[in-house]
Amino acid sequence: MSADLEIGLYVFMLAAFVGYLVITGVPPLLHTPLMSGTNAISGISLVGSLVVAGSDHGLLSSILGFVAVTCATINVVGGFLMTDRMLKFFKREEKPSK
Amino acid sequence: MIDTLITVFYLVAGFLLIFGLRGLSHPTTARRGILCAEIGMALAVIGTLLNHQIIRYEWIVAGLILGSLIGSMTAWVPITAMPQRIALSHAGGALAATLVGVAEYLKMAPNVPPITMLALGFEVLFGALTVTGSLMAFAKLQDLMTGVPIVYKGQNILNISLFIVAAGIGLYLAFDPSQTALFFVLVALALLLGVFFVLPIGGADMPTVISILNSYAGLAAVATGFVFSNNVLIIAGALDGASGLILSIIMCKAMNRSFANVIFGAFGQVAAPTAASKAALVDAKATVQSVTPEEAAVIFRAAKSVIVVPGYGMAVAQAQHAVQALERLLDSQGTSVKYAIHPVAGRMPGHMNVLLAEANVSYDRLIDMDDINHEFAETDIALVIGANDVVNPAAKTDPSSPIYGMPILDVDQAKTVFVLKRGMSAGFAGIDNALFIHPNTRMVFGDAKGTVTKISAALSTLQNDSTPA
Repeated sequence: MSADLEIGLYVFMLAAFVGYLVITGVPPLLHTPLMSGTNAISGISLVGSLVVAGSDHGLLSSILGFVAVTCATINVVGGFLMTDRMLKFFKREEKPSK
Repeated sequence: MIDTLITVFYLVAGFLLIFGLRGLSHPTTARRGILCAEIGMALAVIGTLLNHQIIRYEWIVAGLILGSLIGSMTAWVPITAMPQRIALSHAGGALAATLVGVAEYLKMAPNVPPITMLALGFEVLFGALTVTGSLMAFAKLQDLMTGVPIVYKGQNILNISLFIVAAGIGLYLAFDPSQTALFFVLVALALLLGVFFVLPIGGADMPTVISILNSYAGLAAVATGFVFSNNVLIIAGALDGASGLILSIIMCKAMNRSFANVIFGAFGQVAAPTAASKAALVDAKATVQSVTPEEAAVIFRAAKSVIVVPGYGMAVAQAQHAVQALERLLDSQGTSVKYAIHPVAGRMPGHMNVLLAEANVSYDRLIDMDDINHEFAETDIALVIGANDVVNPAAKTDPSSPIYGMPILDVDQAKTVFVLKRGMSAGFAGIDNALFIHPNTRMVFGDAKGTVTKISAALSTLQNDSTPA
């Protein structure tokens, strides 16, 4: 078993565990922003897309990479914008001080 | 040197993504958290651009610009349309993962190491399945196709067989990666699976489906991480996968259903009414007590406490702003107003919260089901707006009901229950609701937005009349 794979599996195990702990701490109040935020984060495929689009392995590969970069960027940019827009709604009313 | 820099960027990016999600544990830290996650994402992108494998930038720049344009233009959809917008996003993220998988395979074939091939197979299987599955969910949510489950004989067996065949092809390719045609059969099967997987799932289960697809998109990203031996991809994908999984489990629990039941159960089919239930409905129509908005306003004038129970119908009628106006009026006469939020109210997790927050409802008035259910007994008015199944007492009393065992909001405990409804039709699950004939229930028929506005107007008049001049 290669070292990369071994490290990757450990990273996955720990990240899944940390993810479980962090996400169970998110109140139902914020579940929609959570979903839209993790949706933006799933645009991390952008990292792989960039490598494909920029490594010059022929036109087909470049075009696939270009479409992938576009889709992933839509996710990242759109997802973060939507999440922030929604989070701005969550306000606590100012109790009038007497 | 540059490699060390890339490693540092990725490490910090991973930290910021986790730390950012941690911020979502409270509304006051949430925006800062998302900002952290954004910086993390930017660092991951910059780190990747420094990679020596990248030698041409024109395709990258074009993709980044086009994606940013489309992304920022489509981020301003109305909140009611948020579920389908997010479904569409899932499709986009998964498409990126799938295309990366295809491109990497074409680059490396026929000499793909077995482990990499397994990861590639996993990536395109979950990626492609999520693409078509999310598009189906989008079509259902956008009413481009029927929201009613589409079922046929042998459906589950077909779906399971397809999945096993696809997984088998993935395994086989790990031993013989030179079979390019088989790889594309795998992609095609996965695309088909996505369609078949969402076909039998109905509107009431959409929150669960969107969560599951969220999770799959994350798993596809994890697989991409293994293909590139990139730990940031693995971390981000795992966070995404965990989030989707946890949300779907919460949704299932809130409906008292198992995961398998949501996926294979085809819940929400409109059952042909039996003679007995027809008789009950006729009977029900006779005993339904309906009032006008003006009559309702009189009771609101005297109420000390009101709990609003919103459902998807409120979103459809766009009544949230009218509801907030009523809240202000009630507040001005000293009546306490809270909102009871059922976990599956709406078409996605937390949908009602965002909708009401947008209408300027303070978030400390939005209370989760478990924290508010005991308060109904001491509440003067429960105002049910466009909710049906989540307040159906059959979930407690009728073992033959499809929603039996589902936790519900105990609105029938309140002194008076107002149910705002267009007419006497059944809810999304196609089940009759005994709440409507409960002795404490008063139906107010009509469009929810119009009804709430009329109640407010009448209440305002009453308030002015009773204020000493």
